[in-house]
Amino acid sequence: MAVRVQAEPFDLGAEAAAFAATLSAGRRDIGAVVTFTGVVRDDTGTLQAMEIEHYPGMTAPAIQAMVDQATARWSLADALVIHRYGPMQPGEVIMMVATAAGHRGDAFAAAEFLMDYLKSRAPFWKKEITEGGAHWVAAKDADEAALDRWKP
Amino acid sequence: MIEVLYFAWVRERIGLPRERITTDAATVADLVAQLRDREERYAMAFADLGALRVAVDQELTDFDAPLKGVREVAFFPPMTGG
Repeated sequence: MAVRVQAEPFDLGAEAAAFAATLSAGRRDIGAVVTFTGVVRDDTGTLQAMEIEHYPGMTAPAIQAMVDQATARWSLADALVIHRYGPMQPGEVIMMVATAAGHRGDAFAAAEFLMDYLKSRAPFWKKEITEGGAHWVAAKDADEAALDRWKP
Repeated sequence: MIEVLYFAWVRERIGLPRERITTDAATVADLVAQLRDREERYAMAFADLGALRVAVDQELTDFDAPLKGVREVAFFPPMTGG
């Protein structure tokens, strides 16, 4: 169960392959690996860069607590979260989540749970720099509402 | 002495990322009231608490949270990770 918060870009394929390889090294009971990747999106064609600020000290422990919750809730063999901060260009990979389980139901559900919590509860703030100026991305009500479905 | 941190537009409005504050505030809300009274830039940043979130000692909490024994308080807008 690894959590990494870093400024550096990472190789999506290499991370996914390493995640799957580590799993299959010692066991034969894992039938599903799910990965999700978040990418810097430019909706209007005017985005020059995105800057992600975070709360050093809180970020990694907060994400680790989400991973612990997911592990308690679903039968997971392993999970990986990598989330970047700092300046990024449109099209760059921001973050990834990977989950591994015996069956795909647990792997998909845990990955969605982690994504929903990362969106609204991990201390990151996105700033979009466009030709017209810079602005902080507002949190969406829909993202907050998405957490409701995970309430017991 | 409490370390107070500001992130995103809260940091920009107040004009600094962190500061040490000596306070007798009992709760986060009391601390906010004291900050508001300091200067206009604080009053602006804390004008709408509904638009703010708070973490105490790096755990998300609410504005009623007590400050006794607390080392660090952070104010920021709703998070936009993922």
